Amino acid sequence: MSVTVLEGKNIVRDYHVGGGLFRPSRTVHAVKGVSFSVDKGKTLAIVGESGCGKSTLARIITLIDPATAGELFIDGNKVDIARDGLTKEMRRKVQIVFQNPYGSLNPRQKIGDVLGEPLLINTDTPADERRDLAMKMLKKVGLGPEHYNRYPHMFSGGQRQRIAIARSLMLNPSLLVLDEPVSALDLSVQAQVLNLLADLQDEFELTYVFISHDLSVVRYIADEVMVMYYGEAVEYGSRDAVFADPKHSYTKTLFAATPRADVASIRARLAKKKAA
Amino acid sequence: MPLLEIKNLTVSFDTAAGPFMAVQGIDLSIEPREVLAIVGESGSGKSVAMLAVMGLLPNTATVKADRMAFDGVDLLELSPSERRKIVGKDISMIFQEPIASLNPCFTAGFQIEEVLRFHLGMDRAQRRARAIELMKLVGIADPEERLNSFPHQMSGGQCQRVMIAIAIACNPKLLIADEPTTALDVTIQKQILDLLVGLQAKYGMGLIMITHNMGVVAETADRVIVQYKGRKMEEADVLSLFEQPKSNYTRALLSALPENAVGDRLPTISDMLFEPAPSAAGSGSATGAAS
Repeated sequence: MSVTVLEGKNIVRDYHVGGGLFRPSRTVHAVKGVSFSVDKGKTLAIVGESGCGKSTLARIITLIDPATAGELFIDGNKVDIARDGLTKEMRRKVQIVFQNPYGSLNPRQKIGDVLGEPLLINTDTPADERRDLAMKMLKKVGLGPEHYNRYPHMFSGGQRQRIAIARSLMLNPSLLVLDEPVSALDLSVQAQVLNLLADLQDEFELTYVFISHDLSVVRYIADEVMVMYYGEAVEYGSRDAVFADPKHSYTKTLFAATPRADVASIRARLAKKKAA
Repeated sequence: MPLLEIKNLTVSFDTAAGPFMAVQGIDLSIEPREVLAIVGESGSGKSVAMLAVMGLLPNTATVKADRMAFDGVDLLELSPSERRKIVGKDISMIFQEPIASLNPCFTAGFQIEEVLRFHLGMDRAQRRARAIELMKLVGIADPEERLNSFPHQMSGGQCQRVMIAIAIACNPKLLIADEPTTALDVTIQKQILDLLVGLQAKYGMGLIMITHNMGVVAETADRVIVQYKGRKMEEADVLSLFEQPKSNYTRALLSALPENAVGDRLPTISDMLFEPAPSAAGSGSATGAAS
């Protein structure tokens, strides 16, 4: 039995760029009618180059920005933050992890306070309970209770990303939006964080919307893949279908551009070089 | 004769907690017309070793080597002013953050022409002609227009192309590229890598690629050096490195590639280096602290 956690129908987002004295105002169509749905415990990956609207879509799904048009359903309920505003219950359902773990943590806030903050704002949990929950969450993401009183600058990039993930899980969300969570990390640290995400997904039955431009990561983590190009979803399907038989020319370009690290392609390159 | 020959290079930084060894006894040599890749995670000392060659390290760094020779000239013996004549002309370097490494106050054209004026002493008209030629070479559309653009008016890929134009302006014998594509999209990454390898073949430069991306190594390198915590773990030509990695660390690095994942979990470096595997909490901070 599958339950649809997230569904979007024809999501549109326009930005109005204000004109100046000599410049007319214009409208940028960042997202042009995108539809998708994700089942509980599954991962939807959104792929595309910078400027294709994938982060705009992430902000809409996370209920940070309202969509200009279209309908968004979370857990089967229609959400329209432009009209109704955002309730605390809705905020508890959707959380986001940002790309840059250096920019997304307040340098003057201790890790314990970072983790307690979502509870402080959205719930009535008393302070000692918040502390217990934060300690538990630290352990879940592979850190220890000794990290509770430290500041963000005392952590490496991979550890900071663990903290950002821990913060997003404090409210027990059903949907987690991950906006390029591993693209600022080294290969080995990236593997650790991806493993952590997979473990957490199993444990809490989380639904992920995973945004990335790295196809090898997407291939590893995604169940379904959506390829965006200039605000449109040019390809949408199950991971195996998209990777086995890309239909759109942009998807093919994207696959061709991804560096290949297998022995056969190195041989082919060296042979070509020798011939030249 | 090798183009660049380094023997037993050690770089240490003075810190409040005593000297910190960033590079510990690295040997390295590169022949003319060769593409050498240096691979390692952050903190492995791969950039620091190359910055030592360029003489770009801050005063807190102490560089020691048995030999550090470029094209037969011992770099350690040179006076700073003699060294500046080589650096930027015969050896040049491209950095990771294209937008941050250009000066925001000057146009792209000015920054390309500056190199030509300093190293080649060209006059204004020659400089302009050469700058336009260089911008065409690195694939910037309508170069006459772009000469007058400031870095913030260009995209990341275009800025990296300008950086490459500056680096190859004096036909260097050796080009060092420090993570040239890390900040860029895959499609742009492909274009920049093709450009670098194309220029390398066309002008017969030596090219050192510093990277942590095994895909980039597989696509460009002839020979590979794997570094970890300031030490050289392995040196091999690219095919044998991917076919039969000798050191444990290289094997770990290769198996951490998501495309090589078997089953549900990615093997991580700590799984392979510190056997038996420590607890989940321990493994996180062990490699985390290194970076």
